[in-house]
Amino acid sequence: MKSFCSLLVALFLSLSVALAQEVAPDALVRQVTDDVLNIVRQDKDIQGGNTRKAIDLVESKVLPYFNFQRMTALAVGRDWSKATPEQKKRLADEFKTLLVRTYSNALTSYKNQTVSYKPSKLQAGESDVLIKTEILQPGSKPVQLDYALEKQGNAWKVYDVIVAGVSLVTNYRDTFGQEVRNSGIDGLIQMLVNRNKQLESGKK
Amino acid sequence: MKQGQSTPLAAVAMALALSCGGCATTANNPKDPFESFNRAMFAVNEGIDVVVKPVAQGYDAAAPLPVKVIIGNFFGNIWDGWTAVNNLLQGKPEQAVSDVGRVLINSTVGIGGAFDVASEMGLAKHSEEFGQTLGRWGVPDGPFFYWPIIGPRTTRDTLGWGVDILYDPVARIDRVPLRNSLLGTRIIDMRASLLPTDKVVEEAAFDKYSYIRDAYLQHRRSEIYDGNPPRLRPEE
Repeated sequence: MKSFCSLLVALFLSLSVALAQEVAPDALVRQVTDDVLNIVRQDKDIQGGNTRKAIDLVESKVLPYFNFQRMTALAVGRDWSKATPEQKKRLADEFKTLLVRTYSNALTSYKNQTVSYKPSKLQAGESDVLIKTEILQPGSKPVQLDYALEKQGNAWKVYDVIVAGVSLVTNYRDTFGQEVRNSGIDGLIQMLVNRNKQLESGKK
Repeated sequence: MKQGQSTPLAAVAMALALSCGGCATTANNPKDPFESFNRAMFAVNEGIDVVVKPVAQGYDAAAPLPVKVIIGNFFGNIWDGWTAVNNLLQGKPEQAVSDVGRVLINSTVGIGGAFDVASEMGLAKHSEEFGQTLGRWGVPDGPFFYWPIIGPRTTRDTLGWGVDILYDPVARIDRVPLRNSLLGTRIIDMRASLLPTDKVVEEAAFDKYSYIRDAYLQHRRSEIYDGNPPRLRPEE
């Protein structure tokens, strides 16, 4: 009976921890950005262009908060519904690899930028929001960096990253649509596989 | 999106289309009816960049950060006056006043625009030119063009650019050597500021031309709405 009680207490505790972890989307963006930038600021390797290290950082700190299935669906557009579940999985895996590399590379060109967070108006019960930030850099215009997030269960996940008004996801629509028209979904998968292989072998 | 028809614009587009009579149109994107002409010009610019990029890289490596910041501020200050005019034309007088304040402060306290004191005082820098003003007035994009030297522009932004350069005080300097060295420095400074983007585009894009075109079109849409464009439902 005693052990059963302690089990209940343990369950209750872990449940309340889980509930407490329901972070608001703007707080989430801020927390992840601060985390990543704190590491990059102290890491001379990443600043010196070590892509591998930047990728590891993004994979451990950023990936858990991204919904790549949704991102890939947006990049592929209408043709997404034509893909089989297995094709969808392969597309999402390959697209993830490509985006992580792009995003990581941007980190390696970090100099002394700072991030400012714009106030966001969040309405209760909303499940899709845009969180706006700005990258400030001496001598240049600020660059707007926005994150689109949606709520999945209790957690918010990023499904689009928008740099200076350019969605890193939907910017692929034309290219992907073209490839699907020319060589089908499998052709698109192959195109992504080839690019990722090529990028991997070009680097250490 | 505003879908109004504008006759003068259509006429310009028509003239441009006729001057490009021999070009085959392999139009996949309705916004880019002259894609084969544009791709050819894109190739020309990539060729020019073979020379420009190393110079920009040299500048970027050799010049210490404060020097680059001063040069960026100096040219930025020149355009802030034009930004004020365009904010006024777009019906944003408070922003125009702030831009005028920026020019006054940075040209004096900021020693001829070398230091962006105004930003530190809370007068944010805005990005406006005549192409955005036309966009605000409801002039549609029109066909997309990739021009030699000046690069991507929609038809509307090409017209806007034509008005912008009328303002450009640097282009109006009479002393030719001074003018040319200022114009040259400005190009190198601008190219250098794009260097970090190069690697990203190089790796991210499958087709560099269409990646840049689509990014440009999205970016302009966002600029016209001052960074807050109505969200397109991505699912269509």
